[in-house]
Formats: sequence, structure tokens, C-alpha cells
Amino acid sequence: MIAFEGVTVRYPRSTADALDRVSLTTPPGAITAVVGPNGSGKSTIVRSLIRRVAPRDGRITIAGRLLSDLSGPEFARRVAVVTQREDLTFPVLVSDYVALGRFPHLGVWHAAGAVDDLAIATAMRTAGVADLAPRRVDTLSGGEWQRVRLARALAQGGDVLVLDEPTTFLDIGHEMAVFELLERLVRDGQTVLLVSHELNLVARFASHMVLLDRGRVIADGSPTDVMQADVLERVYHWPISVLADPIDGAPTLVLKRSR
Amino acid sequence: MSPARWSLLGLVLIGVAILAIAVGTIPVPISGIWDAVRGTGDTQLTYVVRALRLPRVVMASLVGVGLGMSGAALQGTMRNPLAEPYLLGVSGGAAVGAVLAQAAGVAGGILPLAAFVGAIAAVLAAFVVAHAAGARGDPRVLLMAGVVVGAFANAAIMVILANAEPNTVRNALWWMMGSVGEATWPQIAILLGYIIVGGGVLVALGREVDVLALGEEAAAGLGLNVDTAIRRVFLVASLLAAATVAAAGLVGFVGLVVPHIARAFGLRKHRPLLFASALVGATLVVSADLLGRVLRPPAELPLGAVTALVGVPFFLAKLRRLT
Repeated sequence: MIAFEGVTVRYPRSTADALDRVSLTTPPGAITAVVGPNGSGKSTIVRSLIRRVAPRDGRITIAGRLLSDLSGPEFARRVAVVTQREDLTFPVLVSDYVALGRFPHLGVWHAAGAVDDLAIATAMRTAGVADLAPRRVDTLSGGEWQRVRLARALAQGGDVLVLDEPTTFLDIGHEMAVFELLERLVRDGQTVLLVSHELNLVARFASHMVLLDRGRVIADGSPTDVMQADVLERVYHWPISVLADPIDGAPTLVLKRSR
Repeated sequence: MSPARWSLLGLVLIGVAILAIAVGTIPVPISGIWDAVRGTGDTQLTYVVRALRLPRVVMASLVGVGLGMSGAALQGTMRNPLAEPYLLGVSGGAAVGAVLAQAAGVAGGILPLAAFVGAIAAVLAAFVVAHAAGARGDPRVLLMAGVVVGAFANAAIMVILANAEPNTVRNALWWMMGSVGEATWPQIAILLGYIIVGGGVLVALGREVDVLALGEEAAAGLGLNVDTAIRRVFLVASLLAAATVAAAGLVGFVGLVVPHIARAFGLRKHRPLLFASALVGATLVVSADLLGRVLRPPAELPLGAVTALVGVPFFLAKLRRLT
């Protein structure tokens, strides 16, 4: 479980806090979604988890232990992060790419063993990419590549997944496929922290939402709590209606015309 | 890569090396090489092989090993297909360090360390120039900065050597165009030591380079301390390049071309890629030196000129694909 307690982050040469006393937790075995407009601090949450920025204030804990007390490999064995984009200058084979997920488990001269092979094979099966193993990653479609990246994260063997806009470049069918995969993973005990622009999808799949605006938590709770038309209108500066999804009743926003 | 392909790489190197020992103003029959090496054959041939050709070939191989491995590590770490010690200005800085040290009377095993100090200074300078140019992350910007630093280094070598005693130091052309023609066994022993240590550390860092090649954020997500890891690879790759510069002057483009040839064998993971780059690098530099000797006899083309003649068209082809 990941917990942010009053975390404040400011980037060098910036006058505003990217995160301003942000507190949030990810309930175990559920999808927690962080949503908010561009520049609201969503990606900074991911960047502070992978320690590319250091909080000025507040604490981040992983399963009760301070993030700053964990070594890099200790963190990566518990929490797997799929960042927003990743371009490989020198494309590798899918099997070798997924195998890199075992990096946090291996010493310098320690060869991958049966445990690692099993973790890799299981991850590839779970993500539905086993048949892609001999392909080179630059030959994959967007949807395949995203699932391969998920497989690499699963191979890390932790129980927390962090994903930064995992469906940005995907069409609606592939987008749904990724969300349903996440739903399955959660059912199998994974905890997911998801950063996303896709409010409607998130409202259907996440059990917990956190709405950020200019680095602050504006709303935090179930999708019904967070998807309030007046709150969303204020945050996104656009007239919005929230209806109930005719299929499963999840709150669904509809954008109105500006006049 | 299959064992057959590894053997192929090894055999090509051995073949080129035998050819390089045999061919020259005084030809050595291939059947007589082994006798000459052992000192049991014709005395003139023995002298030619033991004192001239063999050290030259061994030195050329080691220079190729060092530059090839350095290039492979730098390309993976910087995620830049054009990265290599010469174009990044690392080699130029190393040459300035070595020339200064030599002018000050330093020699032997310390010379590569002086070159290393120069190389690190050049790396820092290149990063400062690239930072001033903005566009961090554009592979071409750092390269441009490296070329600028390299040009400055060449000018510095000219200035230092213009004021040096002519007989105490090698001339500017030797440093700027590279040569293995004066190789001696003690120099070879020093370079070998640096290559065993530097190459060994690079191979140890191979998995970190695999992870760095994914990009900074993905590497950080896998628990790697990205900044430390990048610095580590840069230091070791610079040390390797500096040792080759101290031994043979500036030999450009080898670090650029070699990893691409090695990758053409399907190698992507950096540990095997580093080994293959060592073999291909050795083959390439031995061939280039041989070519320099046979193209316009009795004149010898400088080694760095031959590698540049091969490397520049290759560089252009890669640059085109990058834009």
C-alpha cells in the first residue's frame, strides 16, 4: 500500500508547488485513480515515487515503511511503475524486455534462475503477451506494446502497480482491454495506483478516486463522491453534466457546449 | 548469438591479424610466422615479426577492444546511436591530458591516468556546452558539443606541442591522427592492464546499461539510481578511451561503427554486446592499420585517417536515419 501524507513537491526554478500537501492512500486490492487537468500534479506523484523529485515536506510510505528508507531494488520489488512513455533507441526482443523486470532481484553476477523464469513466464501469460516473446518491441502495435510493458511490471513480482496514463495512445477497444486486465489483476490481489485522463473509464473501474487541481487534492472518495458536476466544472473550467452509465450505473460525465 | 557466430567473429580477427603480420615491405610467408614468433626461423623475419608487426597488431587489437567497448557502453547509456568517445570529445580531452603530462615528463602507466583526467574534463565541458545549447535529451546537441570540445582539444594539442622540445614528445600529427606503428611491449602491457580492469567493470555494469537503455524514468522505476549509474558508466568508458588515446593517439569513429556491427548480429543485451564489440573493434582497427600500410606504400596512412575514411560515411548514414 502506498501512502502520501502531506507531500509537498516543488521543481527547481518553479514558483508554485507541483504538489501541495497531498495526502492519499491506495487501499489494498483495489484500483485507486488519480485524475485532474493537465499540470495538476498527477505525474509528479509518479515521479516522486520513483524518486526523480524529492518532496520538500511530508512523507511517502510503502506498506508502512518510509520510501526514503528503502533501497531502489527494495522499492522495485514491491512496487512496479509503468511510466507514461518509453522509447527504446535500440529495440530489444519482447522476452528480453520482460526479463528486465527481474533486474531488482538480481545481483551483479547473479544469473536469472528458475524463480525468475517462472515470474517472467507468468507475467507474460497474465498480460496475454506470451505469443509475442520472439518479436522485437519496435514491431508491436500500441496495444501490444502497452501490454508488454505491463508484463515487465508484473515480472517485478511486487503487489503494487503504478501506471501513468497507460491508455493515452490506445484506441477505445485496446483501452478497455487494458482496464479489464487491471481489473483482473486487482481481483488476484494487486493494488493499482493509476494516473489517468479518462474520467469515465476510471469511474467504472476504480473503487477510489483522487481529484487533483494545481497540486492540491480537491476530492477524494468513491467515484460517485468525486464525480460531482459542480466540482469537475470548477476544476476543468468547462460545463459538465454527470449522468449514470446506462449499463452499470457508474457516474459518467458528459461535456456540454461552452455556450 | 550462436557459438558458431562467436567463433566466426574470433576467426575473422585471427585471420586479419595473420594477414597483418604477413603483409608489408618485407613479406613474411604465413607458414613462417609461427617460427618467427618463437624465434626459430630466419633472423630477419624474426626481427620483423617480433619487433615490428606483432606488437603493432596486438596494440591495434587492444585499441579496438577499448574503443569498441567504450562506444557500446556510451551508446546504450546515452540511448544515442551516434555516441562514441571520439565524437563526444572524450578522446580529444584525453589526448590533451596525455600531451600535457608527456610534456611535463610523465610516462608509463601514469600517462593513461593523465589522459583520463583530460577525458573527464572534456566530458564535463561537453555537458556544459550542451546545456547552454538547451534541448537536453536531443542526441545531436551533446554530439555537437562533443565535436566543439574535440576541435578545441586539437587546437590545444597544437599549441602545447608547438612549444615542446621536438625530440621529447611525439608530434601533434601522431596524437591527432593516431598510430600503432611505434608500439612497444611495455606500452602494450600498460594498455592491456587498463583494458582488463575497465572492460571488466563495463561488463559488470552491463545489466545496468540494459536498464538505462530503457530511459531515465523506466530505469528509476526498476530501482536503479539513474544519475549514479550514468556517471559510473561514463567514468569507466572514458577511462578505457583515455587508455587507448595514451597508447595510440586519437582513433576516431571506431566506437561509433563497432557497436552497430555487433548489433547486426542480433545482440541487444549489453554484456554479450560488449564482448562482441571487443572482437569487432579489434578486427576493425587491425584491418584499418593494415589498410593504411598497403594503400600507398612505402608511405603509411595514419590509423585515425583510415578509420575516419570508413567512419564518416557510416556516421552520415546513421545521422540520416536519426533525423
